[in-house]
Amino acid sequence: MSEIDISKLPKGGKGFMHDFADDQTVFKGVPWGKAMMWIFLLSDTFIFSCFLISLMTARGSTTAEWPFPSEVFGLTMFGVQVPLLLIAIMTFVLITSSGTMALAVKYGYERNRKMCGWLILATAIGGLTFVGMQAFEWSKLIFHDGVRPWSNPFGAAQFGSFFFMITGFHGTHVSIGVIFLFIFARKTFRGDFDTGRRGYFTSMKSDYKAIEILGLYWHFVDLVWVFIFAFFYLW
Amino acid sequence: MEQNNKTTTTTTHNIGIYLWIWGLLFVFSTFSYLVDWYNLQGYLRWSLIIFFMLIKAGLIMAIFMHLYWERWAIVNVLLWPMTAIGVFIGIMALESEYTFLTRALFFVMGG
Repeated sequence: MSEIDISKLPKGGKGFMHDFADDQTVFKGVPWGKAMMWIFLLSDTFIFSCFLISLMTARGSTTAEWPFPSEVFGLTMFGVQVPLLLIAIMTFVLITSSGTMALAVKYGYERNRKMCGWLILATAIGGLTFVGMQAFEWSKLIFHDGVRPWSNPFGAAQFGSFFFMITGFHGTHVSIGVIFLFIFARKTFRGDFDTGRRGYFTSMKSDYKAIEILGLYWHFVDLVWVFIFAFFYLW
Repeated sequence: MEQNNKTTTTTTHNIGIYLWIWGLLFVFSTFSYLVDWYNLQGYLRWSLIIFFMLIKAGLIMAIFMHLYWERWAIVNVLLWPMTAIGVFIGIMALESEYTFLTRALFFVMGG
């Protein structure tokens, strides 16, 4: 069977009709791993959407005053009350790690093993920093402010459960991503993607495409944070 | 199915576009933080938050996640389901307003 040259296929709307009317693969030029990652991310989008829609419903329907996130998450630096300081830094750290990941994917496809490896490592360290700051944020809210899933000193009781659920679920995603980033940094430096060494779990040949798939997951984590930042912290 | 895995495009893009998008994400994040910093309120606050959020999400998905360069088949499969989320948001916004109304009535009038 000959390889499909997707540059010869019709593009845009015609390409859409062509690909869906085809009797073979629909997602042409997309490795199956990438298609599966996208479909997983789509389902994950629905999960996070349900969390944020629940937040909207609870916040819109409670008659109690909703805590003002700007003050709850504010920090006092040198005697000045700075709103959302830690959250802003966390946002920038996550965007930075998203940028290094995008470059890692680029260098991966250019088969630049060392640059790719260092950038994946930088991404992992960025993610680790994010999780560390989130741990600080949680411990401050739990031990210092006394926020619980059922009550808090700031206002509407639902605030705590939504905070722990939404940021906790996102933090879990970041943590899992960090673990995979460290594994992939090791695989890259060892040259697995150049030699096509078989993976430990899947026993499939390693390929630089896997870095793009990991990158999709990592960018998604950043993408979700954009929405959490907007709807939970800024709204 | 092995053959199909080899049909992927491995064209890489200029490093400039990634650095540009990276910078833009920083700028727009700063803008959305400034919305809180200057304590804007009301519809101005909400529209600015959503505006910056959508720009950032669009840049991440289009460039960092390479969706801009993908074929329409996968782009459509990924983006159309989002309309269901939009409908769900609409339904639940109505629901929460109704719940708030009944609660307010109950607390004021005692049921």
